Amino acid sequence: MAKSIGRTVWEFLDERFLISTLLGFAGKKTVPEHRRSFWYFFGGICLFLTGIQVATGGLLLLYYTPQVGAAHESIQLIMGGVKFGWLIRSVHSWTANILIGMLFVHMFSTFFLKAYRKPRELTWVSGFLLLVLFMAFGFSGYLLPWNELSYFATRVGTDIAGSLPLVGKGLKTFILGGPEISQATLSRFFWLHVAFLPIVALALVAVHVLLVQILGMSKPIGEKGTREIPFFPDFLYKDALGWTLILVLVGVLCVFLPWEVGAKADPFVPTPLGIKPEWYFTFMFSTLKIVPAHILSLEGEKLAILGFLAGGLLWMLVPFLDRRAGRGERSPLFSWIGLALATYIVVMTVLTYTVPKL
Amino acid sequence: MKRRSVLDLFFGGSLLATIAAFLYPVVRFVLPPKSHSVAQDSVVAAKAGELPPNSAKVFRFGTTPAVLVNTPDGALVALSAVCTHLTCTVRFDSETGTLFCPCHNGRFDLGGNVLSGPPPRPLETYAVAVSGADVIVSRRR
Repeated sequence: MAKSIGRTVWEFLDERFLISTLLGFAGKKTVPEHRRSFWYFFGGICLFLTGIQVATGGLLLLYYTPQVGAAHESIQLIMGGVKFGWLIRSVHSWTANILIGMLFVHMFSTFFLKAYRKPRELTWVSGFLLLVLFMAFGFSGYLLPWNELSYFATRVGTDIAGSLPLVGKGLKTFILGGPEISQATLSRFFWLHVAFLPIVALALVAVHVLLVQILGMSKPIGEKGTREIPFFPDFLYKDALGWTLILVLVGVLCVFLPWEVGAKADPFVPTPLGIKPEWYFTFMFSTLKIVPAHILSLEGEKLAILGFLAGGLLWMLVPFLDRRAGRGERSPLFSWIGLALATYIVVMTVLTYTVPKL
Repeated sequence: MKRRSVLDLFFGGSLLATIAAFLYPVVRFVLPPKSHSVAQDSVVAAKAGELPPNSAKVFRFGTTPAVLVNTPDGALVALSAVCTHLTCTVRFDSETGTLFCPCHNGRFDLGGNVLSGPPPRPLETYAVAVSGADVIVSRRR
C-alpha cells in the first residue's frame, strides 16, 4: 500500500517536473579522471560553502539589527543570548573566509590547468566575477557587527574607492550614503549584503554552473588517454567526502575559535594599533604600506590602486590573451605569470601577519 | 524606409523610453541625498588642565575627528586626526612626540608635516585658544 502511494506521488511529480529526464541526464554525465582531476573538487566545495552561507546568513537575519545604536548589541545577543547563536554566527564567518580561500584555490588551479581556454572563456570570466563578488560580500559583511576593526577597515576600503580618478568621489559618496560612515552606510552595506549581492551572485552562479554543465570539465593540455567516470554517483560521492571534511574543519574552528564580537565602533577614538583588514585584502593593504607617497609627481596610493584595477582586468581577460592555450598548446609564459602572482599574494599576506612594521 | 522598419523603430524607441522611465527614479533613489551639514568653525575640545603634559585627546570637530595634544612643554596644539593617506584616525605616540597612523604606518610631526610612510599631504592644523575653563579649537582663516 505504502509503496503504491509512494509510486503514485513519484509519478505525479515526475509528470510535472520531468524528474526522470533530469536523472537520465545526470546518469549520462561523466567527468574526466586523470592525475590532476583532484582540482575539480574545489568548484563543488565553493558551491557547498555558498549554500552554508545562504542558510546561516538567513538565520542571522532573525536577530541582527542594522542600526548604528543596536547592530553591535544584536551581535552580542546572537553570541551570548540566543541558543547556538555563537555557532550559527561562527559558522557563517568561518565559512565565509574558507569560501574565499577555496575560491582562490579554485581560480589558480583552473588557471594553471589552462581550463579557461576556448570554449570556456566565459566560465573563467563568470568565475572571476564571482570571486570579486564574494570579496564584496566579505567587505560589506565585515561592517555589519559595527566594531572598531570593521569601522576602520571600511574607512580605508571606501577611501580606496574614493581615490579612483574621475568617478572616485561620487563612488565613495554612493557607497557611504553620504560624506562619512554613518547610519546610511550601515543601511547600504546591509542592503548590499543581504539583497543586492545575493541576487547578482545567484544569477552569476547559475551562469557559471550552467556553462560547466554545457561544456563539461576541461582536460589539461597534453593529458591523453584519460578515462571518464560517471558524475552520479561516483564523482558526487567524492565531492561529498570533500564537503564532509570541510564541515569537520568548520566545526572544529567554531568550537575552539568562535568568531569575535570586538569592541563597539567609535568614530572619535584613534585607530587601534595593529589594525588590518580581512586576510584576503591584506596583500593589497600591505602593498599600499610600502608604496612611496609620490611616484613621478603622482600620488603613489592612486597609482597602486590603478595598478590593482588594471591587473584585475588583465587577469579576467586571460582567456583572450593566452592565444597558445586557445590553440591547445602549452603556454609557459602565462604559467610563470600566474606563479609570480600567486607567490606575491601569499608572501604579502604572510608578511602582513609576521612583520607588522612592514 | 519601409513601413515595418518605421514600426520597429517606433516600438524599439518606446521600449527604451519605458525602461529609462522605470530606471531613472530607481537610480535617483539609490544615489544619496545631498547632506546639508554646516561646517563647524570652532569647538570646545577640552577643559583647561584636562590633559596632562605629553598626552592627547581625540575630539569631534564637525563630522570628523581631530586631536588635541598637550606637549611636554605644556603647549597645546590641535590638528585634524584624519590621515591624509586613507582617512584612518591618527593617534598620539607619547614616546616620540609624533602622530602615528596604524593603518599604513604614516607618521606626522605636531606641525602636521609628514615624517614617514605613505601619506601624501600634511595634516590640517587648527588654532588653539584657552578661554576661561575651556580649550577652544578653531579653523585657521
